[in-house]
Amino acid sequence: MPITDPVAKAKELYRARQDRVAIAPFTDEDPTLGMADGYAVQAELTRMILADGDRIIGYKVGLTSKPMQKLIGVDSPDYGPVLGSTIYSDGQSVSMSRFIQPKIEAEVIAVMGSELRGPGVTVTGAARAIAGVSASMEIVDSRFADWRIKLADTVADLASNGAAAVSSRLVPLSEVDVRLVGMTLTRNGELVDTGAGAAALGDPIAVVAWLANTLGEHGIALEPGHLVMTGALHAAVPMRAGDVFRAEFDRLGPVTVRVVA
Amino acid sequence: MVETQLLADRLAQARDSVTAIPQLSDDTPGLDLETGYAVQRLSRKGRGQVIGWKLGVTSRAKQQQVGVGSPIYGYLTTAHVLDYGEPLVTAEHINPRCEPEIAFVMGADLSGEHVTATEVLAATAGVAPGIEVLDSRFTDYRFTMPDVVADNASAGRYVIGTPVSPAGLDLRLVGVVLEQNGDVIATASGAASLGHPAAAVAWLVRSLASSGEGLRRGDVILSGGLTAATPVSAGDSIVVSIDRIGSVELAVR
Repeated sequence: MPITDPVAKAKELYRARQDRVAIAPFTDEDPTLGMADGYAVQAELTRMILADGDRIIGYKVGLTSKPMQKLIGVDSPDYGPVLGSTIYSDGQSVSMSRFIQPKIEAEVIAVMGSELRGPGVTVTGAARAIAGVSASMEIVDSRFADWRIKLADTVADLASNGAAAVSSRLVPLSEVDVRLVGMTLTRNGELVDTGAGAAALGDPIAVVAWLANTLGEHGIALEPGHLVMTGALHAAVPMRAGDVFRAEFDRLGPVTVRVVA
Repeated sequence: MVETQLLADRLAQARDSVTAIPQLSDDTPGLDLETGYAVQRLSRKGRGQVIGWKLGVTSRAKQQQVGVGSPIYGYLTTAHVLDYGEPLVTAEHINPRCEPEIAFVMGADLSGEHVTATEVLAATAGVAPGIEVLDSRFTDYRFTMPDVVADNASAGRYVIGTPVSPAGLDLRLVGVVLEQNGDVIATASGAASLGHPAAAVAWLVRSLASSGEGLRRGDVILSGGLTAATPVSAGDSIVVSIDRIGSVELAVR
């Protein structure tokens, strides 16, 4: 069944992003909406945002962990564009006022060194195309009330991406086994959670391969310089003004987010 | 007055007959932590030589799972060892669950009330990837802290891989991956055990000091589960991989 008016739904999300006021999930009104409907809205929403002068600098992959997939009731990840206007550098202050209901997730990002175009991309091919990996924290946010999302909702909402803080230290894959890279997340100096790279689909490099193959179905390639956010290594943690989050990755180093009002 | 020997006998009976019992605290008013450790000490008799120790309730995941906030310890004897490659036989256990651990192999004796993580690392000959098999003698792992202490911190069996030198390793940051039948079940870093596995061992040494005991050269210390424990049944395979330390595999029959 074709989606009812993806442009109108994209406009609703666009307005929610601008006003920072959550809206009711699309699946409340129409529970039959699925993944394809979500991507149709995502495409329209992305078009609107790019028309304002933003640009796509990479992609995030979400729903990469078994618990998240179970929660949403899917058996594959989803993706959305990462916008240039949403990237913070290590240690920068991040204002709560920019978001609706933000949470923080430590993850490994891959930076592409050469073009990677699916279909047919293997993990080996993906590894060859990656210039290196960096420490990162994604700020996820939902434009839907109380994070009450189903698959079509989160896909439409740019895979619930809000922003990201990224370390400038780029480590080549020859120096690190990304599957086994350990991570500790602290809030105001207290340990909140730990994880390792394998939490993302068993291997963050496999996430990049999945993304290249999935984008390839739509004729899109990963380009040199693109970031790929490969998925959270732990359960997302709500942010509050005054929090200082620090994710330290073995051999990739730390990345810090200072949350302000 | 709590009849500690009777409680130790009850637990031994449960273990030997592979039959779960209700928690001791149900019909033992006055069972506190100290009494729990007294029962645990009595239960060492006839179990062979103590060759090491295990920590329990050291990870956030574990503390949430059992709803408490401080670690506990138990002893390890030759009866707990699974040799490398030896399968876990579920028929010998009540309700086995596996968790990943960093194992310390001591290179020197270490005891004292004020021992720190730094001293622990200095006295460590090697660290190894470990799989601890928990097995509570209580029905469905339902117990209070004094109960689980009396039950030797749910110690079941353990297997460790080849020890490597801890020099140059930041045990706080090493990544840990638990796989069951090829699926990634959970991940963590070493910090999941009390912020640093060596800090967990230091806690153990300080705790042992109160009963005049300590670690001996060659002792194996399981420094605390780093993820929630996963239930296992016959046919399962468990793999624990720890960055730069190695991996260890366990077949379940």
